[in-house]
Amino acid sequence: MLSLLRRRLRLTTATSRWPAVPAPLIDRAQPVFDAARCDLNGACAQVCPVGAISVDARFALDRARCISCSRCIEVCPTGALAQGLAFAAPKRTRNELLEPAGIAARGEELAARAHRVLGRSLNVRHLDAGSCNGCDWEINATTNAVHDVQRFGIDFVASPRHADVLLVTGTVTRNLEIAARRTYDAMSTPRLVVAVGACAASGSPYPTGYASGEGAASILPVDVFIPGCPPRPEAIIEGLLLAVGRIVSTR
Amino acid sequence: MIETQTIEADALPDSCVALVRDRQARLVVMTGTDERERGRGFGLYYVFALPSGEFVSIEAQVDPVRPEFPAVTRVVPAAHWYEREVKDLLGVEPSGHPDPRRLVLHDDWPHGLHPLRKDFDGRRSVGRDPHPHEPLTGVRGDGVMEVPVGPIHAGIIEPGHFRFGGVGELVFQLEARLFYTHRGIEKAAEGASVERVLFLAERICGACSLSNAVAYSQAIEDLAERRPGLRARIIRSVLLELERLYNHVGDVANLCAGAALQLGVYQGGVLKERLQELNAAVAGHRYLFGVACPGGVRRDLDIPAQERIGRECVAIESEFRSYVDALLETESFMERLVGTGVLDHGLADELGAVGVAARASGVARDVRASHPYAALRPGMVRPVVRAEGDVRARMLVRVDEVFGSFGLVRELLRELAEVGPAELVAPIGPLPADRWALGMVESPRGENVHWVMTGASGEITRYRVRSASYNWALVPFAVAGNLLPDFPLINKSFELCYACLDR
Repeated sequence: MLSLLRRRLRLTTATSRWPAVPAPLIDRAQPVFDAARCDLNGACAQVCPVGAISVDARFALDRARCISCSRCIEVCPTGALAQGLAFAAPKRTRNELLEPAGIAARGEELAARAHRVLGRSLNVRHLDAGSCNGCDWEINATTNAVHDVQRFGIDFVASPRHADVLLVTGTVTRNLEIAARRTYDAMSTPRLVVAVGACAASGSPYPTGYASGEGAASILPVDVFIPGCPPRPEAIIEGLLLAVGRIVSTR
Repeated sequence: MIETQTIEADALPDSCVALVRDRQARLVVMTGTDERERGRGFGLYYVFALPSGEFVSIEAQVDPVRPEFPAVTRVVPAAHWYEREVKDLLGVEPSGHPDPRRLVLHDDWPHGLHPLRKDFDGRRSVGRDPHPHEPLTGVRGDGVMEVPVGPIHAGIIEPGHFRFGGVGELVFQLEARLFYTHRGIEKAAEGASVERVLFLAERICGACSLSNAVAYSQAIEDLAERRPGLRARIIRSVLLELERLYNHVGDVANLCAGAALQLGVYQGGVLKERLQELNAAVAGHRYLFGVACPGGVRRDLDIPAQERIGRECVAIESEFRSYVDALLETESFMERLVGTGVLDHGLADELGAVGVAARASGVARDVRASHPYAALRPGMVRPVVRAEGDVRARMLVRVDEVFGSFGLVRELLRELAEVGPAELVAPIGPLPADRWALGMVESPRGENVHWVMTGASGEITRYRVRSASYNWALVPFAVAGNLLPDFPLINKSFELCYACLDR
């Protein structure tokens, strides 16, 4: 124990400075779309493995379904789709994730919101409703010393009875549907539901069927959708802050 | 070439046990198929590995009118979960199986429906049987109590239901009900394109994503008789070791959580985070999704990326060394690990344990050594083996393997530097009809086996994934006789994925 403390004394601060500084840019984020260059040839829609793109009268990308595989970018002959570098923003409605608009800079706005909610306690209960565990590991990463979600006044609790927010991952499988409903029912009101990742936000990428469901919104009222496969820890924290903002604004 | 023995279903137990007894073979994967549409019955495939590394496949057809066969489990215990899966998913009965209860399907799944039968439409939703059956058996007796836990747990972990039976804190028996995250991935793969299945394979499990993607790709490459170029194979090997590194380092840190050593959790967590950010910087993804594909890799590692990996690995290796030294000096922590959750050597061997759990119980199984793949050559990896079989042994195997992986990454980077720019993907044409192949990768948790069969027009007709998390079948044996509060510690020392198992 003393040896660990001695080691700690030698270490510098590990915690990231996000959101005061932007999150790292990763070249496998969701695509950015330039409508001026799109000729509606439809190659992107054909290769998309999760059916996130449709090209009928116009191009539409469902960011809730997108798994950032970049296949659409690879096949786009006109350069209308390009590699995005920033993680896709969490939104309060599924519809806001359907727009083909680019990703706006949100750093300052987010910092201001984070500032407003600091000092308020938000208790979060995680619920794996049938995921690949990628989102769950990223939720775990929000609690490490680098992302340190507690600096935002957010903490994870062991029981849904203590929770303000239910953080749902996974498609809601047949074998977890009952447990998911019971977990939600066990929470006291007011309560919020945040859907984490492509599975919880849309059911993508697994085909809906005998085992796999259509995401959190198919059984619960979802307040915030966090796109990504999986979303980065910053995106998850941002989604939680968005959820808190909703409580503040409806007061 | 795989040696194939096609036999009558009634002869399965004798043939399998002869292989195990006379040729020291080990069951690697077993799968069932529905081949009725092709004028056959239900196929059963038992694939064994010989000590030489060669495979032997024992195959039989089961009469579709009377779908039954004598259970191999009675003589080769390692077959026990496979045969239960065949019963659940295909409705082919292993008669005489010592534990014929449901495994994948849960209580409320209706009788007589089997999702992997070809006449079952995987896209349909299935109602719940109002008369659940097959309760957990449990322990009965004076003073015995049952502690139910899950499927939703108190921490940020995956779902599973555990039923502890015991007196006071002493656990006599643990029963685990798993497959809560069963997503029907194998069914969804049937008839899907090679590329579509790749994206499913990557998402069987987040933490073992690259291992699964490469194992799947290898099976497809074997079918298509294509081998990726050297550069692509080296990139695969480098990134697979980076996958092992972030998992192993994180698993050591999480072991501290099992013993409530918060400083250990935080300090190890920082190192894991650093390794995952390295993944993101060089491969675009913290979990290495989107890297491998049948025929090669979708991303190059350019010189700046190679340098970054080299630099970061040196720094993280030295930090990890000081971290582990500090843990080893923390006696209050290490004492919790000694003699806790012992997995018996004989049991591990006979029940087909793989990965860290096998090696910590004296069973030297490491695919990197027994079946070198990607850029690995025989002798490059020597399995890290310990005899004790307890939580401490599993921790120390991981620690040694972390240093081994850092060394391997250095070696592979040197080789990569000598290979010029090259085509990264060998194109995969149409797959041959009516064949099967398997791909094997040592994931951070152990041997992952992907078995792919094609149909009459070369389409994927059966996709069987046996991940290292099949080790779940062994965990209850390591828990019996321990204290209930030690379960999180034992569980974290195995560190198995639910998603990998459940599919």
